[in-house]
Amino acid sequence: MSQASILYDLPGPRAKRRNAILGVASTVGIIALLAYIGYKFADTGQFEARKWEQFQYSSVQRELLGGLWATLKAAGIAAVLALLFGAVFASGRLSDKWILRAPSTFVVELFRAIPLLILIFFGYYVPLQYGWSIDKLWALVIGLMLYNGSVLAEIFRAGINAVPYGQTEGAYAIGLRKNQVLRLILLPQAVRSMLPAIVSQLVVLLKDTALGFIITYPELLFVGKQIGGRLPFGLPYVPAYLVVAAIYITICGALSILAWWLQKRMGRTPRTAAKVLPAQSVGEDSARMI
Amino acid sequence: MGEFFRVLTDNGQLFVDGFTNTVKLFLIAAVGSLVLGTLLGAMRVSPVPALRAFGATYVNLVRNTPLTLVFAFLVFAVPKLDVNIDYFPSAAIALTVYTSAFVCEVIRSGVNTVAAGQAEAARALGMTFGQVLTLIVLPQALRAMVPPMMSVFIAMLKNTTIAAGFSVLEAGAIPAYMAERGEPQFAVLLWITIGFLILILPLVALQRFLERKWRVAR
Repeated sequence: MSQASILYDLPGPRAKRRNAILGVASTVGIIALLAYIGYKFADTGQFEARKWEQFQYSSVQRELLGGLWATLKAAGIAAVLALLFGAVFASGRLSDKWILRAPSTFVVELFRAIPLLILIFFGYYVPLQYGWSIDKLWALVIGLMLYNGSVLAEIFRAGINAVPYGQTEGAYAIGLRKNQVLRLILLPQAVRSMLPAIVSQLVVLLKDTALGFIITYPELLFVGKQIGGRLPFGLPYVPAYLVVAAIYITICGALSILAWWLQKRMGRTPRTAAKVLPAQSVGEDSARMI
Repeated sequence: MGEFFRVLTDNGQLFVDGFTNTVKLFLIAAVGSLVLGTLLGAMRVSPVPALRAFGATYVNLVRNTPLTLVFAFLVFAVPKLDVNIDYFPSAAIALTVYTSAFVCEVIRSGVNTVAAGQAEAARALGMTFGQVLTLIVLPQALRAMVPPMMSVFIAMLKNTTIAAGFSVLEAGAIPAYMAERGEPQFAVLLWITIGFLILILPLVALQRFLERKWRVAR
């Protein structure tokens, strides 16, 4: 009851009875909903062996693995580039010199306001029109880097700013130089506090690679559609997408749990002076999505 | 430069249609996800364990699924279940299903920001559940909810572009049409960017204003 305790008192006999009735009623409702979905699946033959047979073939399994590899490759390259991009522009925004601060602020704010798909289209349609050959992988990676890099820049900036100002003052007072203050005092504390937010942004990045589907980059979702569109197996779109969804949910779920665990772990060590940035929400960017 | 403006004037109707559909999609999905998300949020803070578990499962499954996959499932897989939905409603449903998970989280964490002592004190004064909720908890929780809720909707407005990959003519689908007409894509994409900036920047400004105003009051 820890969650609900804000709104409700400890239940007395009447409330207990009412909650029990509500519990039974809602359980029945949820089971009925699931049963209806199950019925609909069975009714349209989604459980037929023919529709699932493909997944036993090693060629189809290799196809899925190939799609997963393409997804992870795009996510991996984009993650490294986005972290670099974020670091560069965060340091630009934190600079004392307006000549560095102003352009960095402009870039970060601009790329966060443009839909990611439009950024990917810049890398896809423009070269296509002029006949330059650019790999679809790079169109996807560049879009992901610009968008997620800008969001990460904001996370980095929030993390550095979350270190209490006394730390900086103390460091200057004992005679450290500017880069020493940043390197020895601020970063070690900030990185610990930012880690959960960074990991959950990387989950967002991994999910966003699915946009590669729209520019026909052969990632997991694209492979899922190919497997689903095979007539000899009765167009098994439903099984194919369920399998793909299970893969995504497993990988992203594992990373989300890592972020949550990091947040718990950071929260309990009192050594960090900086406030831990929550995994799902950072300042104005709380509940970020694609 | 002349060509840059010509792209807009020659294809004005396409841009108008595209952005009208984007706004329409956004408004429908915003209302839908606010309703569904509030329902899920209420489930997650309810005293009934079965409802809490259902809400938590929904949020965790949907949040770890790419939105593109939700779209693809609705457009390609759902017709195989003998449920036929048109492209535009499919896009609205996909956005609603996905966004309501985030709305639910905003509501849950907003309610959780209210100190337990507030509700306890209200009950000690003899207030009923309805009074505690409407007079004590919600006025405080709403302040904490509005800025993140606006982020969710700004993100959703940007997400409407994904519908372009699933046969809906909205702003994100304009480049594909322009590719057929052979217009310079860089100019086209810049105009789309400008369109989105016009839609999004006022929302961002409002959000920052509210955040600053209410942070002080807390």
